[in-house]
Amino acid sequence: MIWRRVVDLFRRRRLDADLDAQLAYHLDALEAEYRATGLAPDDARAAARRAMGGLTQVKDEYRDQLRIPIVDTIRQDARYALRAMRHNVTFTLVAVSTLAIGIGANTAVFSVVNSVLLKPLSYPRADDLVALRLTAPGAPGLADGLRLSPSMYRTFADHNRVFQSLGVWIATRGTITEVGEPEDVRAIGVSDGLLETFNVPPAAGRWFVAEEFLGPQRPPPTVLRVYTTMMLSYGYWQRRFGGDPSVVGRTLTVDGLPKKVVGVMPDGFRVVNADTEMIFPLSFDVSRFTLGGFNYQGVARLRRGVTIAQANADLSRLIPTWMQSWSDGPGTSPRSYESWNIAAALRPLKDDVIGGVTDVLWVVMGTIGVVMLIACANVTNLLLVRGEVRQKELSVRAALGASRGRVVGSLLVESVLLGLLGGALGAALAYAGVRVLRTIGPPNLPRLSEIAVDARTLAFAAGLSLLSSVLFGLIPAVKYTTPRIAAALGSLGRTTSVSRERHRVRSALVVVQVALALVLLVSAGLMIRTFQSIRTMDPGFTQPDHLQILRIFVSSVAPTAEQATRIENAIQDSLASIPGVTSAAFGSAMPMEGFGPNLGVVNLGSIRAQDQTAPPSDSPPVRLFKYASPGFFRTAGTRVVAGREITWAEVYDLRPVVVVSENLARELWGTASAAIGKRIRHLPEMPWHEVIGVVQDVRENGVYEAAPPTVYWPTMSASLNARPGRPNAIRGVSFIVRSDRPLTAAFLNQIRQAVWAVNPGLPAAPRTMREIYDQSLARTSFTLVMLAIAASMALLLGIVGIYGVIAYVVSQRRREIGIRAALGAQRGELQRMFVRHGLALAGIGVAVGLGAAAALTRLMSTLLYGVTPLDPVTYLAVPVVLVAATVLASYVPARRAASVDPVEALVGE
Amino acid sequence: MPTEVLQGTLDLMVLRTLDAMGTQHGFGLAKRILQVSEGLLDLNQGTLYPALLRLEQRRWIKSRWGLSDNNRRAKFYELTPLGRRQIREETASWELTVALMAKFLAKPAGEP
Repeated sequence: MIWRRVVDLFRRRRLDADLDAQLAYHLDALEAEYRATGLAPDDARAAARRAMGGLTQVKDEYRDQLRIPIVDTIRQDARYALRAMRHNVTFTLVAVSTLAIGIGANTAVFSVVNSVLLKPLSYPRADDLVALRLTAPGAPGLADGLRLSPSMYRTFADHNRVFQSLGVWIATRGTITEVGEPEDVRAIGVSDGLLETFNVPPAAGRWFVAEEFLGPQRPPPTVLRVYTTMMLSYGYWQRRFGGDPSVVGRTLTVDGLPKKVVGVMPDGFRVVNADTEMIFPLSFDVSRFTLGGFNYQGVARLRRGVTIAQANADLSRLIPTWMQSWSDGPGTSPRSYESWNIAAALRPLKDDVIGGVTDVLWVVMGTIGVVMLIACANVTNLLLVRGEVRQKELSVRAALGASRGRVVGSLLVESVLLGLLGGALGAALAYAGVRVLRTIGPPNLPRLSEIAVDARTLAFAAGLSLLSSVLFGLIPAVKYTTPRIAAALGSLGRTTSVSRERHRVRSALVVVQVALALVLLVSAGLMIRTFQSIRTMDPGFTQPDHLQILRIFVSSVAPTAEQATRIENAIQDSLASIPGVTSAAFGSAMPMEGFGPNLGVVNLGSIRAQDQTAPPSDSPPVRLFKYASPGFFRTAGTRVVAGREITWAEVYDLRPVVVVSENLARELWGTASAAIGKRIRHLPEMPWHEVIGVVQDVRENGVYEAAPPTVYWPTMSASLNARPGRPNAIRGVSFIVRSDRPLTAAFLNQIRQAVWAVNPGLPAAPRTMREIYDQSLARTSFTLVMLAIAASMALLLGIVGIYGVIAYVVSQRRREIGIRAALGAQRGELQRMFVRHGLALAGIGVAVGLGAAAALTRLMSTLLYGVTPLDPVTYLAVPVVLVAATVLASYVPARRAASVDPVEALVGE
Repeated sequence: MPTEVLQGTLDLMVLRTLDAMGTQHGFGLAKRILQVSEGLLDLNQGTLYPALLRLEQRRWIKSRWGLSDNNRRAKFYELTPLGRRQIREETASWELTVALMAKFLAKPAGEP
């Protein structure tokens, strides 16, 4: 029934018209009846009117029925509040914009939290998707758990009882030629079953079919056969082909071989969190499977009702089956993997996608929430000042018979109105902020493109507006309606000097503000210190902004390993001869770049030292394998600690030489220099490789991760693909060019020409090592920027708060100041009196804040690096800054106090 | 009989009349109520309309515009199932009230 009445509220005008029509009909009908009894027309009309009674009364009664008293009250209060707001524009502007900034910042951050953490992934029935993660506690040196090998994938796919489907994928790069300029693009290889697992239909064309996962063999057979078809991403399809549907069916040249485009995946499709331009089928050669080659990430879709624990148990059961089914070759024992203690550790795919940002986002959400509290405290203070001014008005209202509830209600309506105005403006700010964030946001923030202001976000903004309205509105409303009518009316004429008691609430608010601001400043300070400690840390290469990186795949132009190496060598020389270039080199991948595109190559493996006899059952730990050209370390700026780099002569002679990282040398032989001349190998059938150089440790997995022990093999070798035989070369390489020259169009062009002078079919789009380095810092920089913004807002609002209180105290105590001045108080003394007041407030705030910060910053310890949550520098610097700001904020009004003219102050009123 | 009627009683009268007459417009209802009360209940004829609105807001009746006998547009009211139930409940409660009052008002035996 109440609902109907609410609905009718909005139909008021129509219902009014309805009533008029009905009354008119009634009147006419009555009149007709009276005429039928023989009355004259005029008399009949008069009689009808009499019978009807007072029409106005009827209409009033009717309208009362169309009215809900509380709605009317609110409407009346709102109208009154709007008038009051117009009356005091400055107050309204300050309050509304403070709220808008607070609500806007919170809504923007919430939209990120909502889109990234709360919303399900954009795959159908995404909750059933799991990332196939494995742990191998017995194999140290795996930063990110153990990935799957092709044989493992086969075993799991054939024998599991828990998945609807599963597949593996790998991120790599490919060179697309013969469509305009050669272009190096991101590529993802997917196994049979992966697209079915995601179950996202293509935007055009089709998925791969079974026989496309069985391509022809490569000339030197590897675990991967040649693939002959590919799919494009929506973005690449639009960018390169303008969304032309006839591209499906066309043949493109990738890495020198023809590939037919069979389909296009829809906009926004990502493989877990990897964006890509092209997708190709992983065409495994089962006859060449070994146990090893843990390069692939797996995704599976759970059968209905299967839990992750059940799936873990099922896969762990299959590990022994896997070890019995495959072999690393003659002379190796499958038992070597037993000591790795491999076990399944599946987790929801969403956790995999979101990765490490959960902590970051909640910390940012928390800090921005604190800013909202500070903003509310500020608005409360503003309302208190206004309440002081309106005290008399409120008293008069109370004296005229308004109930306390009614007055509290009308003040709350005012607050809610302020809150809603601020909220509406804040939502607009958030909308703009989110658009900016989407374009400039950290590129490795997962699901960045999905971030949007949706219904839930708007509901959040509305809820926050209402909640904060009550928060900041309640204190003033209750405080200024406490019955003190007589007192207030009594002082109608003269303002007395105000007692300390009346400032208690406002002072408490300022203390809270300062404390909260301190917490935020400490958090931001800790992030700055983290950044500092990362910046001073040696990542294992120097001056990343002076390093240009070019990804080039030479397979198409060189059938034999030696030819490939000669071309790579020529490009290296050609790049080095550009004026202003100090040196150039290449390697399988640059630090922090991942494994690079060489899928058939061993990127992780164990080694044995010739001089160290290990027990037969012992399995040596996994090392990172990289492949580096002569001059690689000099160009990258990686210090050679002992020995020397590999020479070209050694490369072409296929000499078994190797360079190792310092931490590996120390682990195996005690010192770097002791490693020189020692011999190591990966597999028993490999020749022993002599250690000719030891280089400093490189933070390969990003600045946060410790440098992994690394072996640097030559880029051409007779034992490159784990199996000895014909020499093979690394064909997908990262060239690095060191130069002081900035990457201008002219320099870029010279780099291109240098590559094209060797072969015009190669891509040449350099990026700087700085980009890669910054990307590895993106999480820290993002947190830092967000916390810095939050902390500066907090500081600003805190200063405004202190300023407001002191200024107000000064204005209230003008008479007292006048008396003091008249009695001979010095200006300086008066100033100090008020600054001291400000300092006292700030001091209490700082003390409270330090305690809170010590407790709260523990929560962000996972985001810190090289700094403890109780970093003394931060905990000393922040209070100093805050106290300095307080002195400034109270000095300005204090100066005004000191300049009060005693005569004016005493006579003025 | 006082012309001021209790709100509850007017509601029940209107509902009962609608129940007896079927679909009807405001004027017809007013006339009928006057008739049934045999002229005793000379309610201000216009007072009916706020009551009709109230009943409609409670979903006991529903209304639509239609043509009257003399071919003029009029608003017709009709009982809803909810209204029928209301009549049953109200009637029961009235009968109880009437019986109760009758007991009090009847002259006890032995009194003059």
